[in-house]
Amino acid sequence: MTEFQELNHVDPPADLHHDDSIGVLQTSLSPKRMAAKRFVNHRAAFVSAIVLTMIIIFVVLSPITARYGINESIFKAEAGHPNQNLAPFNLAWFGTDSNGRDLYSRIIYGAQVSLMIGLFTAIGSVLLGTLVGGLAGYKGGWLDDILMRVTDIYLALPLLVVLVIVRGMLKNVDWVTAIMGDTSSVRFLVILLTVVGWMGVARLIRGQVKQLKEREFIEAARALGASSSRIMFRHLLPNSVGQIMVALTFAVVGAISAEATLSFFGFGPDAGSGMTSLGLLIRDSKKAVPPGYWWLVVFPGVFFIILSLCINFIGDGLRDAVDPKMQQEVK
Amino acid sequence: MSTESALSIRDLRVTFKTLLGNVQAVRGVSLDVQPGEVLGVVGESGSGKSVSFLAVMGLLGRNAVIEGSAKVGDTELVGANQRTLRKVRGNNVAMIFQDPLSALNPVHRVGAQVAEMVLAHHHGMSKDDAAKRAVELLDIVGIPQPEQRARQYAHEFSGGMRQRVMIAMAIANDPKVLIADEPTTALDVTVQAQILEVIDRIRKEMGTAVVLITHDLGVVARMADRVQVMYAGRVVERADVHSLFHQSDHPYTRGLLASQPTLGRERLSPIPGAPPNMLQPPSGCAFRVRCAHAAPECAGDVPELIQVRRTETACVRAQELEALV
Amino acid sequence: MLRFIVRRLLWAIPTLFIVTFVVYCALRLATNPLASYARANPRVAKDPEKMAQYVETNGLWPGFSGYVRGYFVWLKGFVTGNWQVSIKGSRPVWPNLKIALVNTIRLGLLAVMVSIPIGLSLGIFAALKPGRLRDTAVNTGAIIGFSVQPFISAIILQLFFGVQWAKWFGEPLLPTSGLYPPGHQGFDPVLMLKYMILPVIVVSIQSIASYSRYMRASLLDVLNSDYLRTARSKGISERRVLVKHALRNAMIPIVTLAALDIGAIVGGLIISEAVFDYPGMGVFFLNAQSNGDFPELMPWMVIITSSVILFNLLADLAYAWLDPRIRLD
Repeated sequence: MTEFQELNHVDPPADLHHDDSIGVLQTSLSPKRMAAKRFVNHRAAFVSAIVLTMIIIFVVLSPITARYGINESIFKAEAGHPNQNLAPFNLAWFGTDSNGRDLYSRIIYGAQVSLMIGLFTAIGSVLLGTLVGGLAGYKGGWLDDILMRVTDIYLALPLLVVLVIVRGMLKNVDWVTAIMGDTSSVRFLVILLTVVGWMGVARLIRGQVKQLKEREFIEAARALGASSSRIMFRHLLPNSVGQIMVALTFAVVGAISAEATLSFFGFGPDAGSGMTSLGLLIRDSKKAVPPGYWWLVVFPGVFFIILSLCINFIGDGLRDAVDPKMQQEVK
Repeated sequence: MSTESALSIRDLRVTFKTLLGNVQAVRGVSLDVQPGEVLGVVGESGSGKSVSFLAVMGLLGRNAVIEGSAKVGDTELVGANQRTLRKVRGNNVAMIFQDPLSALNPVHRVGAQVAEMVLAHHHGMSKDDAAKRAVELLDIVGIPQPEQRARQYAHEFSGGMRQRVMIAMAIANDPKVLIADEPTTALDVTVQAQILEVIDRIRKEMGTAVVLITHDLGVVARMADRVQVMYAGRVVERADVHSLFHQSDHPYTRGLLASQPTLGRERLSPIPGAPPNMLQPPSGCAFRVRCAHAAPECAGDVPELIQVRRTETACVRAQELEALV
Repeated sequence: MLRFIVRRLLWAIPTLFIVTFVVYCALRLATNPLASYARANPRVAKDPEKMAQYVETNGLWPGFSGYVRGYFVWLKGFVTGNWQVSIKGSRPVWPNLKIALVNTIRLGLLAVMVSIPIGLSLGIFAALKPGRLRDTAVNTGAIIGFSVQPFISAIILQLFFGVQWAKWFGEPLLPTSGLYPPGHQGFDPVLMLKYMILPVIVVSIQSIASYSRYMRASLLDVLNSDYLRTARSKGISERRVLVKHALRNAMIPIVTLAALDIGAIVGGLIISEAVFDYPGMGVFFLNAQSNGDFPELMPWMVIITSSVILFNLLADLAYAWLDPRIRLD
């Protein structure tokens, strides 16, 4: 390449974003790389992503990372040598519970179940929510009206009340319990949370689709005679991927918190079935307050806060990365 | 230039610090505007024409670094403290913006917004007097039934009427300089003409110096006494309006003129390519990457404005190119 | 304006009918009042005649048409003041519900009075210097606030101020349960305030977080608007720019948000109330729910949904009042 040719190199216009108000020409990075750059720049989100990855590795590798079995006592209790409610010490880093079990190991097992519930629920909610929200946003009309009215009321009511009532309804319908299993099963909980959780996602996606629909490139596609399904799957969906990712992230936190809230009030999965969840651990910690067994309160609670904090930060970072308004933001 | 310039800018530079690096939006702009004169400032989006004047007014965000000098009378504005700037803004220098709907506060009555401008520089004036003055001003810019209209909100006005409100606000304190940033871009053609007429009448009656920022050469031809053409944050050509339209020497100006539609011309010739990325502006003449006449020497020093025929042109090949036309 | 209010109120009536009908069906299905009644009165349950009579007087017929007829039976009783008595203990519902409602409103209003000023100030503080340390701090703080679920903060506060404090200093710093000490008689606002401190903190953490985020976003929007640039170009003081132009406009969405928020108070403090054993609507709901007590749950739901609908209307009115662009016909 001669020097002159090099000088004549002009960035393809498609990559130029410019802002008329201040007349600044910006970026020759692709939108995806811009988004990635903004995400990394969101320091809290970046750190959270690392922490969350570590938590997930810890939880997945529970055979290695957990020190005891889920229902295993740290040692056999003997007279004058009890194993219950022991403050943290070298055999049980986070102390033991009222059954002499290692709290540290149980948090790992509990996180396993909670994260699973969170992930399955989030995927279910996002699939259902994107479908309904996308259709409502794109087609408008009665579907849109009904969606908005129903979700208006749903969002205004306390989540716990909705969950408890819907749970009661599902419990009393025979064919539902046949599909969903016992109310104390994890499957029942995931379905319950999905049935309630998709509405928030649907509203978000509806808003996004409604906005995109008015954009020129969609109108252009329509003017060129593209079919509805082509517009939906080739244009609207790919352009909503960012928003869908954000919705997914927040749906995970929402589901984990909802599980914990339900478990806290005794509407969660059955603790007797040889499993536990973060919500169940936190429920157990209620009993530890009056005698002052602080470790049973602090460790599960703080772990839960850290977990939701990480996911919330990641969601926040993703939202900033996806939101084009951020392009002008100062360093 | 004359010693009595209403506004005098020397080597103005504006840099934005952004996520991606420093954007050099304005790279050394100098100009003078005389009282009663209309200076047209022309350029594409992103040429730095609006930014220069927002910088002078101190209206850019925190991420803008401004260097150089801009004087209104004896008052230096670059680097001035907020107090000085406040005294100048709306008083000596007033500004009209492109989109009058978004430039007016939607929740305050139009009359109150005009009166606020009056009160800002007439301490001690009563609110009633300011309100009366606001009605007067609305009348001056040709808004019918100004008493009633003053009590309405911006969304109840048409586009042209809104821009008249903006003008009424701008002239409230008899400013020495009126900066009109694309005042007619958002308006219908017929309304455009009316707005330009209002601006012109005010210039004549009050002797205001007008800076008319636009990308519309038609507006310039009609209104301006002198024109300067901006490209990539610099002035590339400067001349009186006649010379510019008939004997411009800069390839960019010629390109602009050739891409304007005129009766009788069969084809428009657009300028190829797009404005450069101001994160890393090209060395030498910024236009050379799009210029049909670019030569290796264009990559050398940044060309200065020199007198070529009837215009001042920043092109090292201007003399040779003259022969080509 | 008046026409708008009247029309909206007229609209609210069918909305209320539909919503209460849906709630009626949902609650009938969820609580199964007949089974709850049988559980609470095992002796009566053995007498089919008495059970049938209970079905008849309370309109607990099965099937969809039975639900529709039952709804009207319930509605008639509700409107005329002949409320069904509770299943557990066969008590009138309203006296207890009224106490719970008053207690919750007290707690909720206190929480609103604490969290709105703090949240808005933080949001303004952050928005004035976007991208700076204070902005990052407020934003990070808000996300931490969102992540602290009320049941976690509640038990941790209980542990710290009640149990651990007593261990270290001899007596708890703050009471951690109830509204008054056991056996207390009469009304004592100061004592009550002390009992409300921890529940208010728990409720406020998330409220402050959301108000600060909303205020920041709303104010930033306005600060970046063209009309704010116009205001600055007038040469008025920065203080006037911020108060008359920026805050005035940025408050519009916040006021509507606050109206919706206040409407949600009556049913929205369940978790905090439950942990601190605060005798409000939340505890009422949880007790009634565990007994499957349909006659108690139904008025409870009517109150919280009416509150939501009423404050929705108020939010719309506030919006129209504050923003002249909104037309009300």
